[in-house]
Amino acid sequence: MRVLMFGWEFPPHIAGGLGTACYGMTRGLARNDVEVIFVMPRASGDEDERFVKVVNASDVEARYCDSTIEGADDIMRKISFIHIDSNMVPYISPEEFATYREGYERTGRKFWEKEGDSWTQRYTFSGKYGANLMEEVARYAVVAAEVARQLEGQFDVIHAHDWLTYFAGIAAKRVSGKPLVVHMHATSFDRSSSDNIDTRVYEIERAGMAAADRVIAVSNLTRNIVIEKYNIPAEKVVTVHNAVRFAEKENELPERGVKDKIITFLGRITFQKGPDYFVEAAAKVLKRVPNVRFVMAGSGDMMNHVIRRVARLGIADRFHFTGFLKGDDVHKMFQLSDVYIMPSVSEPFGISPLEAMRANVPSIISKQSGVAEVLDYAVKVDYWDVDAMADAIYGFVKYPALSKMFSEKGLEEVTGLKWNNAAAKIKTVYEDAINECAK
Amino acid sequence: MKTVCLYFQVHQPWRLKVYRFFNIGKDHNYLDDFTNRAIMQKVARQCYLPMNALLLKLIKENKGAFKCSFSITGSAVEQFRAYAPEVLDSFRALAETGCVEFLAETYSHSLASLSSKEDFVEQVKLHTKMIKEEFGKKPVAFRNTELIYSDHIGEMVSELGFKTILAEGARHVMGWKSPNYIYTNSIDNRLRVLLRNYKLSDDIAFRFSNQGWDQYPLTAEKFAQWLAEENGDVMNLFMDYETFGEHQKATTGIFDFMKALPKAILKHNDVCFATVSEAAKSSQPVGVLHCPHVMSWADEERDVTAWLGNELQNEAFSKLYALKDKVKSLKNADFEYVWNFMQTSDHFYYMATKWLSDGDVHSYFNPYGSSYEAFINYMNVLSDFEIEVEKALAAKKSRKKDTASA
Repeated sequence: MRVLMFGWEFPPHIAGGLGTACYGMTRGLARNDVEVIFVMPRASGDEDERFVKVVNASDVEARYCDSTIEGADDIMRKISFIHIDSNMVPYISPEEFATYREGYERTGRKFWEKEGDSWTQRYTFSGKYGANLMEEVARYAVVAAEVARQLEGQFDVIHAHDWLTYFAGIAAKRVSGKPLVVHMHATSFDRSSSDNIDTRVYEIERAGMAAADRVIAVSNLTRNIVIEKYNIPAEKVVTVHNAVRFAEKENELPERGVKDKIITFLGRITFQKGPDYFVEAAAKVLKRVPNVRFVMAGSGDMMNHVIRRVARLGIADRFHFTGFLKGDDVHKMFQLSDVYIMPSVSEPFGISPLEAMRANVPSIISKQSGVAEVLDYAVKVDYWDVDAMADAIYGFVKYPALSKMFSEKGLEEVTGLKWNNAAAKIKTVYEDAINECAK
Repeated sequence: MKTVCLYFQVHQPWRLKVYRFFNIGKDHNYLDDFTNRAIMQKVARQCYLPMNALLLKLIKENKGAFKCSFSITGSAVEQFRAYAPEVLDSFRALAETGCVEFLAETYSHSLASLSSKEDFVEQVKLHTKMIKEEFGKKPVAFRNTELIYSDHIGEMVSELGFKTILAEGARHVMGWKSPNYIYTNSIDNRLRVLLRNYKLSDDIAFRFSNQGWDQYPLTAEKFAQWLAEENGDVMNLFMDYETFGEHQKATTGIFDFMKALPKAILKHNDVCFATVSEAAKSSQPVGVLHCPHVMSWADEERDVTAWLGNELQNEAFSKLYALKDKVKSLKNADFEYVWNFMQTSDHFYYMATKWLSDGDVHSYFNPYGSSYEAFINYMNVLSDFEIEVEKALAAKKSRKKDTASA
């Protein structure tokens, strides 16, 4: 089976969880004998180059199968990459894109001039970028159609990740007549509070799911949102939980500087991740046990607010901020932790507790996260219930038997969450879609 | 006879290095040695050395008619010793002329006067001892960090035996009164208060090179004329010493201005120079200065909100001074050393979040990208220091137990 996949990031150039998930997923699919042609946007900068670049698979392998990171890997031979010249950026709202574009404009590169409505106008491949994110999404779709045409007969199913690529998925479906599977890694309702969503994004998500033959949701939580808030027929929506892939080599434990127990929050410091609740729980714990330290690793628009709150609560000597952590430091942070906490207000899946558990760290997660559906050995609390959160932290700090059990059983549990299995499920979804389409 | 009282503040903080959470418990070198040395040597080259040489020349030329006063912080002297000992020599040369007075202040340029009497007294005694050792004379006049002053602080200073204190001629405290007279502390009338004439002081310190200023360019003759026309007994020109060559670069002509200033002033027969203590004794006090709330020479508000104006600063301040008893009980020079540089007011200044009219001044001195970064960095260092203090205390206790049982 061959799949044409539209994503927008892939390791090593990743901004968030989607790239990591795509990586694990494509590897898992390859193991399940599914060939993947991965299409993704990349701002390359020189307009003179051909608009669509079909990157030679062997070239790509040299990049992505760097032996120092992955080791020689046959699996990757089943994956080809196509880079589309585009300045589309993940995790960015249309408003932010406008600012980003201004910065880009200063570099002196040309944009795609707006010539009326993006959808009715026929575009030639001018090699210029769209004037705003929405237009760029549309342009990406036009290119996607061209890719689908060029690769005609080389794929059986189309798979599109997150709303930025949904139009591309739809366009490819129209051109090729092949079935479309869209993958909901997050919904508009996770990105902001429910009464303040970006309606344009919502519309694209809805259109993508409506046009798709199958919708994959990363958790039942997301599946319910898709059914209830997007009115997608339930029989079309399938939950496939993410899995997690771990580096084979185990780093040696970093030397611990402090004797105190360390409770860690790691993620973007934004409303969605519930950083405030962590701070309040920390203050409660510190009233009872002095020998704990809390660490908030990451950055985000709520960081300054959180720092002020910590100062006002008078716990700044026990509550530390690391700022944004990269690669090795993330791993090191997990290894230094005694308890990991993810108090997300809304989390479609949430891969970080799995990484923590992999590092033998017992985790506390919010009930409002997708990952709560697949984990037994993690303490689950409502994100707003700071008392329960403080209780759980206290328990892990004070009762070694409890934290020993959670870290041992938890490690077993996450080790069982394999992309192979998730990919096998995805393959079944493909098969269903193909069969249905053939009827 | 009118008196001109020139006083220069010399201070350099020990700047902390980027100290991350991962360093806590492992790394006990808190200072950014490279930056501290680079800045000290740059300022020495641009300001301290040329300006000290110029002042020495002026004193000799005017045969005792030109005088000025200095206050040099402990952290500045520590950095002179480490990175620019020749600067210390040039200050000693000035001290030997007898025309230069050295004032007392807090050792670390700290905010101890706002913490407790105990902290304050300790900081002042430490500084007095250092000045006596370096320049051979025990100071008799006092200036607090950033001219922070209140009736209560004045009372503490008087109890310590000082006869004179400097303060800001802040408009909200002075009201209709002129800073050009001598006042006394409202609690202890023996303590004389000299007030900074901020208009004339800032004409040199801030406005000198401002081409948009209607009085630009400022010449020594013009400035001397203003002094002569000013009403009152004393004209107090208090400013950062780094004004000369650092804030106002040599290219602005600031050194030429200073070179010409004494002669231009002394040309007016009814004006003379005096050190702080001489100026305080030159006339009788005209009244009592009531200042129940603390004021300073900083920012438009002339209060202490530049250091203790938001929750970050308050938190860092209270967490720092909560360690005092533990650090004291250790009686260990290494810990005292860290304790001193952690108290420096500059750390708190970097955490300020008021950026209105004085944002330029704040960011000029701030090595951090934001107040929050400054806060995080400071608290990380403080956390490690606290851990080390606790460790040392525990070790001390167990040693005591051992000797007791033996």
